[in-house]
Amino acid sequence: MQAPREAIIEVRGLCNRFGSQAVHENLDLDVYKGEILGVVGGSGTGKSVLLRSIVGLRRPTEGQVRVFGQDLLSLPEEARSKIERRFGVLFQSGALFSSLTVTENIALPLIEHAGLSRPDAEHLACVKLALAGLPLSAADKYPSMLSGGMIKRAALARALALDPDILFLDEPTAGLDPIGAAAFDQLILTLRDAMGLSVFLVTHDLDTLYTITDRVAVLSQKRVLVAAPIKQVEDYDDPWIHEYFHGPRGRAAYEAATKIKEQ
Amino acid sequence: MAGNAQLDTSSNPARLRISGDWTLAHYTRLKQQTEQLAGQYDAQTAIDLDEVSSIDTAGASLLVDLLGAERVSQLTDTAHKLPAADRALLQTVYASLRDFCVPVKVPQQNICILLLSRIGGAVYKLWQDSLQLLGFIGLILQTLARNLFRPKQWRITPMVAHIEQIGLNAAPIVVLLTFMVGAVVAFLGATVLANFGAGIFTVDLVAFSFLREFGVLLTAILLAGRTASAFTAQIGSMKANEEIDAIRTLGLDPMDLLVLPRVLALLIALPLLTFLAMMAGILGGAVVCVVSLGISPDMFISLLHSDIGVQHFLVGMVKAPFFAFLIAAVGCLEGFKVSGSAESVGEHTTSSVVQSIFIVIVLDAVAALFFMEMGW
Repeated sequence: MQAPREAIIEVRGLCNRFGSQAVHENLDLDVYKGEILGVVGGSGTGKSVLLRSIVGLRRPTEGQVRVFGQDLLSLPEEARSKIERRFGVLFQSGALFSSLTVTENIALPLIEHAGLSRPDAEHLACVKLALAGLPLSAADKYPSMLSGGMIKRAALARALALDPDILFLDEPTAGLDPIGAAAFDQLILTLRDAMGLSVFLVTHDLDTLYTITDRVAVLSQKRVLVAAPIKQVEDYDDPWIHEYFHGPRGRAAYEAATKIKEQ
Repeated sequence: MAGNAQLDTSSNPARLRISGDWTLAHYTRLKQQTEQLAGQYDAQTAIDLDEVSSIDTAGASLLVDLLGAERVSQLTDTAHKLPAADRALLQTVYASLRDFCVPVKVPQQNICILLLSRIGGAVYKLWQDSLQLLGFIGLILQTLARNLFRPKQWRITPMVAHIEQIGLNAAPIVVLLTFMVGAVVAFLGATVLANFGAGIFTVDLVAFSFLREFGVLLTAILLAGRTASAFTAQIGSMKANEEIDAIRTLGLDPMDLLVLPRVLALLIALPLLTFLAMMAGILGGAVVCVVSLGISPDMFISLLHSDIGVQHFLVGMVKAPFFAFLIAAVGCLEGFKVSGSAESVGEHTTSSVVQSIFIVIVLDAVAALFFMEMGW
């Protein structure tokens, strides 16, 4: 763990302000290749804003975000699109295109970017659907006909469409049943191991944090308070962190995760 | 290195060598290769995955297609040179594809039957839409009657806000449009009537047409485009966002909360705008009369006084509330018909504009016949 690792996302001195209200002040964060980084923080601490700043949806007020060593915001359109193809983003509410079926949603980037023919793209889309654990019957449905959990899975399938290098997940297990959430965690682990994915995971799911993350970054007081493996974060001297990880839910998740690891 | 699949038949049993990058970037070429290979090997063929350098879900799914799920599951146990991570990926893909087959497309129907069923569907839909509109109008009237004597239920603030949006903000465009049309009508009249030496009747032409028809018709059509679409989009996106359901679960009535203020606002705004439109149209005509026919403003007004009875103004004005009510009803109803998707919002917005313009014109034609027969 101590060997110098390749940082694929470097956030330096990031400031985000909405009017007079500052969400981030001088925030620094690294995401290393092949790791699963959990990002936690209370409501309104700017987890989603940080995610949007990194993927280039939001121009930060100050500071720099470098992805694969390049500043996304200063790149010309074409180079930027090339980098963005290496992102897979799962939005909080899914953000599936409501006028396309689930299969078409996943096939769209495959047709546009990978240059596949429509039947090929739809075939691959079915593979991704199967990977994300959706039943076949969902393939030809429109997003408005799906349940919340199915939308999450379909959105994950779309995020995985181009076999991205970095996966951004915004609360992926929120709204999933515990079995589905556990399977989701395993799926992310498998994909990470197989494809060397890096995962930027915004979550409140303590089980997920304990089972799959390599490091956890805590957003508090407008910056990253600590970013370290979860054992070290637990012991960090801060009342909020203490309550978060040592509360009854935190303890339960910790014990569950230890049991699983023992088995 | 690009991915490759090669059947080596020199040895016995034959060997299928799979090597290189099996990734999305090479998908199209690899797919062709695997299709050519299909059927050329059997269960005895040894499969060699040792030279695979990288693999992603696209490549893994191709391998599963090529070799079949069972073969892949055996291989993940035996191909020891393959990194554990790649084996795990193969296993994941094969496991999830095991119970999952590609959907079968429904065979295409006979085109004649398809055409007939489309026509039938459209007619049926027209019938259903008409019924729905009538039902909705009834519902609005019922809600209106219920709230009429309960001043506490009156929602003055949203109504005033809607009047500002659909009345005040539309005034400039209505005035400009009718002024222009008034000028054009006057030009037409001047050109045609001057041939008969009856240029002076241009005044009557402009006044008649704007008081009886054009003032209210132009305003209604403009508001059908501007306001019916806005109502549909507002209510439609609320519907798509489950806000309408939220209103219901809070024990409130969307008719009361959303529809009535809009209907009443349009009922007030459209007659006011119609009046503006009539005045602007006649003014446009007057300007042309003064400039190109040499009729002085005084004469224009005295001609209006002597030739045009007040009933023409009333005939025009009396239509305005009916148009307003129907435009608002169609706009709101289409909003409630929206289902889920962004596309559906667009579809129903288009439909509400088309329907309300159609209804306005049909109703205007019927009214014109009626007033003519009555001699008003």
